[in-house]
Amino acid sequence: MATVTALELAKKQKEISVAEFFERNKHILGFGNQTRALVTSVKEGVDNSLDACEEANILPDIYVEIQNGEDSECKLIIEDNGPGVVKKQIPHIFGRLLYGSRFHAIRQSRGQQGIGISAVVLYGQLTTGKHARIISKIKPDRPAIMNEIAIDTNKNRAEVLNEDTIHWDKPTGTRIEVSILGDFKRGKRFVYDYLQSTSIVNPHAQIIYREPDGTEHVFERICETLPRKPSEIKPHPYGVELGTLIKMAKHTKARQLNSFLKTEFSSMGDRTTNAVIEKAGLEKNLNPKTMTRDQFLALHKAFKKVKIMAPSTDCLSPIGETLIKRSLKHETQEISPEFIVTASRPASVYSGNPFQVEVGLVYGGKLPKDEPVKLLRFANRVPLLYQQGGCVITSAISSIDWRRYGLNQPSGKGIPTGPAIFLAHVSSTLIPFTSESKEAIADVPEIENEIKLAFRECARKVQQHIHKKVRRAKTREKFDLITRILPEIAKKSAHMLNKPVPVLDPIITKIMDVVWIEDAVEYEEVPRPMVQTTLTGETESMEKKGGTITKSRILVVNYKQTPQKFNLYALIPEDAIVGTVTPKPSKVTDRFIKWNLDTIPSASKVDVYFELAGLEKGDFDENELYVENINPAYVIGADKWEGD
Amino acid sequence: MVKKDYSDVISKIDMIALKIYNDFLKTEVPSIDLPTRTKANIRFDEKLNVWKYGNNTTQRNAKSLDGAYMLLRTMYMADFIKEMIRVNKSSTLREMYYISEGWDLAKFHSQQESNLLAEDLEVITKCMREDFKLRPEEDGARVIGNLTIEEVTRNNTKKKIHCQDDVGDAGYSIPYNVEPEKITFKSVDADFAIAIETGGMFDRLVENGFDTTHRAILVHLKGQPARSTRRFIKRLNTELNIPIVVFTDCDPWSYRIFASIAYGAIKTAHISEYLATPSSQFLGVTPSDIENYDLPTDNLTKEDINALKSELTDPRFQDSFWKGEIKLQLKIGKKSEQQALAKYGLDYVTDTYLPEKLTEMGILKK
Repeated sequence: MATVTALELAKKQKEISVAEFFERNKHILGFGNQTRALVTSVKEGVDNSLDACEEANILPDIYVEIQNGEDSECKLIIEDNGPGVVKKQIPHIFGRLLYGSRFHAIRQSRGQQGIGISAVVLYGQLTTGKHARIISKIKPDRPAIMNEIAIDTNKNRAEVLNEDTIHWDKPTGTRIEVSILGDFKRGKRFVYDYLQSTSIVNPHAQIIYREPDGTEHVFERICETLPRKPSEIKPHPYGVELGTLIKMAKHTKARQLNSFLKTEFSSMGDRTTNAVIEKAGLEKNLNPKTMTRDQFLALHKAFKKVKIMAPSTDCLSPIGETLIKRSLKHETQEISPEFIVTASRPASVYSGNPFQVEVGLVYGGKLPKDEPVKLLRFANRVPLLYQQGGCVITSAISSIDWRRYGLNQPSGKGIPTGPAIFLAHVSSTLIPFTSESKEAIADVPEIENEIKLAFRECARKVQQHIHKKVRRAKTREKFDLITRILPEIAKKSAHMLNKPVPVLDPIITKIMDVVWIEDAVEYEEVPRPMVQTTLTGETESMEKKGGTITKSRILVVNYKQTPQKFNLYALIPEDAIVGTVTPKPSKVTDRFIKWNLDTIPSASKVDVYFELAGLEKGDFDENELYVENINPAYVIGADKWEGD
Repeated sequence: MVKKDYSDVISKIDMIALKIYNDFLKTEVPSIDLPTRTKANIRFDEKLNVWKYGNNTTQRNAKSLDGAYMLLRTMYMADFIKEMIRVNKSSTLREMYYISEGWDLAKFHSQQESNLLAEDLEVITKCMREDFKLRPEEDGARVIGNLTIEEVTRNNTKKKIHCQDDVGDAGYSIPYNVEPEKITFKSVDADFAIAIETGGMFDRLVENGFDTTHRAILVHLKGQPARSTRRFIKRLNTELNIPIVVFTDCDPWSYRIFASIAYGAIKTAHISEYLATPSSQFLGVTPSDIENYDLPTDNLTKEDINALKSELTDPRFQDSFWKGEIKLQLKIGKKSEQQALAKYGLDYVTDTYLPEKLTEMGILKK
């Protein structure tokens, strides 16, 4: 057999076109079948719009429409009120794979690889032969630009086929219309779920969704403030790959190794820098551009040997407990859940990448009791719909023994069964997805641990809640007894004997033998404060439109036979502003209000009252009360104060 | 009819109210103690020769919601009884249950509850339900035999009834009140009385003329016998010296019928000496009869087996006869009915089975 020469081989060696690349990898990109393709397309479009709006400081108004064409061709329309895209960039952003602004930045964002929206355009072109239409408007006083683009699959370049300027009512925004092959019948539920979930973790966005049959779903905006803009950070030494390190050294403006480390990396102060250089056995005035591979290797190894401060977590933008709770409450209105608890972990780090975990738990109401709990998984505010089984969120939840917390879980492992919805949101500068389709978070021990800790905290709150409920129900019975039945017995016996009705107070305290604490929360809508024009002509800015005052009333009754004196604590949300408080509290912090209650004689009561501003109706709907300097077993309605 | 003096009943009822009232005054949780009415708390009373409640007591107190409700109902019922006595009325247990509908918080959820509480009141006050002007709605059973009874009718006239000549085939119907103020025994000419569980067997003995051929008084129990039936049997036995034999099906439930006649029922152990006839004997059908007479059978159900096992721990069944028979029945796993004797013909029971058994028991002479 004749040998094949390199020259002959070279004839076959050529660049793989993007189309081919896409075709071969469509399953990992989320276009594996027509159902997935539809959901992925909606997802990429909406993610893109949300990111664009947030970057431009605009509260997102997103419109999604799906039209059903012949066979399984779907026309997908996604429109936003974002900043629009300048004409020159349109073909790049929508028609070129691996193009984007976010890939190089280290901060939390939805899309990262730039495969997103252009992949949808390419998929549409490959499956329907139709071209995508993009409309963009970047200034209110300029007309909108309409482009039809096609992707040259050999060159990974977009061609603009038709260009026009048109009138568009929107001040600014982008609209994309793309025809794709998609299975709406099967994908219907997933698209809805995705949009609903997206709305939960993006309470600042409004999403309107129109289905092919004209059904319109409105996911309302429930918070008028944009999430804090995550700042960009430099790479952390713990997370940098050797290759990246070498590349960074090549491009740096620093002329000496120590200034290179200090300027190009985060968390590198003088002391740490010197320690790293010393550990690596290098000179601090080495020119990074002329370093050898061995020197880089030593440096890379030295990073791991030195204790370096965690990177700053400003680059993260968590949702916040109050907003998660408000969102969940809004979306589960129809279920009328018994309660919603949330927990938020402090930011943490894996391999030099900051991340933060927030979780929420909806319990009870009309949720089915004999089905596995529903998991809502999110990464950087994007819902994860597929590959639940392979996700670290799932494995973290599965490893907790939920039986202790009132849910069913055969053998104490796996997804528990019960009337609950679990929400988990992981935000990070780099979410370690298991694959390019970004549907599951990889099994990183640090992340798993944080998720577990967060859920345990939630579970404890659930347990406390259930415990409290049971104890209250029991005491409620006694209440019934002393307020209704006992007086009747006394009356009847007195009647039979023709004697006066005996005094009941002493026997009531004897039967109850507790300190009873009961609370109620109500809300008062206060009218918008008058806008005052000052002499300088500036109007005072208002933080929120209108306002709600949350009023909490706590009734403490001493049903013990002896006088009681103790301290009472009421927890308050951090973002609340404390108004009127009676009686005079002994301490008010941003977390709690404390009262040193005066001695309460037997069979007497004390009213405690406080007001909170800065919250919306329902944000604070149940008091968390604690007591100190009294045996907590005597107290119904409050738990033991464990210290600050 | 003699006008009954109720002042003792009233003062006993008032004692309950007074106990509760004083508890309030003394700042004690209102409570009432009463004997525990379970199998575990019945003791054999050597003097009376019947089973009575033992020393275990149960406390009803107002510490729990259920206890408080019970106390309230007790007060309402006591007051209701006092009122009936005052206006000289009586009511059935069922009527009282319906009246309790108007008792607001104290109303009962089922007649079972109100019946039990009426019994509780008997137990606490050591009075009889008749003292409370309460009567059951179920009537007593039927009697046929050479026996003359004098009954005070509702017209307040005395009427003599001969339980063969003056009655039809259905027999004399035992009224709910069988106390001397209502009925008295005038004359009797019989050697024994046979208490029969089922109507079918009662009718068989009537049709075959067993009462005349064997000088017997036939008493139909109608299943678990009513208080008046048991009291009637007791009076036959003590006042007229008539020996009592009990003839039932062969299953655990029938043995309990016998026990309630001979030893006293658990539910009414407070008045056992008044209702039970300790000298009565069990004639059959026994598990041994199943084997000896080769009777048609059914398999024991799970409930039957549990009932038999429970009887093995019932203090009333702790003699060698019952232990032997119950163990035998558990071994063979079968039960049978009185009417299974028809296997050998309609006359077999009166011509062969009963005479054999009665002779064995020493009631019929050879």
